[in-house]
Amino acid sequence: MILTASRTLVRRDLLLALRRRSDVATALLFFIIVASLFPLGIGAEPNLLRSIAPGVIWVAALLSSMLSLSRLFAGDHADGTLEQLVLGAAPLGVVVASKTLAHWLVSGLPLVLIAPLIALQYDVAAELYGVLAVSLLLGTPILSIIGAIGAALTLGLRGGGVLLSLLVLPLYVPVLILGAGAVEMAGAGLSPSGQLLLLGAMLIVAAVFAPWATAAALRISLE
Amino acid sequence: MTTDSIKWFGYSSPQTFFPLAGRIARICAVLAVVFGVAGLYTGLFVAPTDATQGEVYRVIFIHVPAAWMSMFLYVVMAFWAAVGLSFNTRLSFLMARALAPTGALFTFIALWTGSLWGKPTWGTWWVWDARLTSELILLFLYFGFIALQASIDERRRADRAGAVLAIVGVVNIPIIYYSVKWWNTLHQGASVSFTKAPSMAATMFTGMILMALCFWMYSIAVALTRVRCEIAENP
Repeated sequence: MILTASRTLVRRDLLLALRRRSDVATALLFFIIVASLFPLGIGAEPNLLRSIAPGVIWVAALLSSMLSLSRLFAGDHADGTLEQLVLGAAPLGVVVASKTLAHWLVSGLPLVLIAPLIALQYDVAAELYGVLAVSLLLGTPILSIIGAIGAALTLGLRGGGVLLSLLVLPLYVPVLILGAGAVEMAGAGLSPSGQLLLLGAMLIVAAVFAPWATAAALRISLE
Repeated sequence: MTTDSIKWFGYSSPQTFFPLAGRIARICAVLAVVFGVAGLYTGLFVAPTDATQGEVYRVIFIHVPAAWMSMFLYVVMAFWAAVGLSFNTRLSFLMARALAPTGALFTFIALWTGSLWGKPTWGTWWVWDARLTSELILLFLYFGFIALQASIDERRRADRAGAVLAIVGVVNIPIIYYSVKWWNTLHQGASVSFTKAPSMAATMFTGMILMALCFWMYSIAVALTRVRCEIAENP
């Protein structure tokens, strides 16, 4: 029953995103534009670009995934679907996890796929692409999962977007450090497995516990 | 309720807590002044000049206790938030709400006095040391809590949303601290460390403990007074 509900929700959210493709494209374009601004501001010296590339890509990914967070529950909240989901038979934690998964597939996965292109612009060595992709693959779901708590807390508030960034960005710090750190370690010729394993551990812990915090936050926001 | 047990839940009603909070706040305010005067006297006049750092080191009598309080108050805040969510007591949420500005203040003082100390000692106002960075992030967490509560008009939702955020924050603080620490060792930044400080003279330690007690009493007095104001505003 739970799996069916989860699958239905994921499919529904993906379908909704497919019908409004511009939303997905906007977050992706934002990611590319932010990453492209840094050379213009800092200068296009290849060595410098190579050394800042992991940090820039990760910060851009952080900002881009944060921008799309407010959409996670806002649409369903506006048309009343969210209240039905809260009242429904499926546990709210599962509902939240499914919605977060769909959100990541729509906003996080495209970042992982487009990141090598940015890395190319920054002249990152080809052998680092794999580490960059894996770190983003492990890290961006954490951003969606933790961000969902913030999105649920700020649901329907005035100035919700700015407030959301204030709540969520400090919590993103470990992911940024580990994600960018993994790529830098690999760039220095060391094994990035420590950072990647920690990212994986954080992903598991966040995926198990955060949806229940998000569920509690949603109940508070809707009561 | 039997007479020999403390009336834990009796004082969870804002009406009965109001006069008790007033009494405790007054006692703590007096104690804060006493400890403060004793601590500052010990720190500024009795404690010897540091052999390597000279007089500059005396900022630790403010800095270290403020840093302790900044972290401790966040945990206390999260504790009251958790109590509030579990027992549904309005007073617990009021306590969490009242502690946040004091915690943010101490975090700011710790950062500020730290940079005042860092300029003559390290030659820079700011280094991306693990402790400095995690203290800065702690300040952001306090601001997030205060901003979230300020932007929700409905009290019940504001209290509960803030409580969830405080608990999520307190779970994250160790993770943030260790990740920042690790990031710093990775970068090989300024290799100055607090931990390598020479062993401390007994009077210095006494001064620091006295100042810590002073800040502790100050926090209790201010937080309880703030709770009293909140109760008086919406009884």
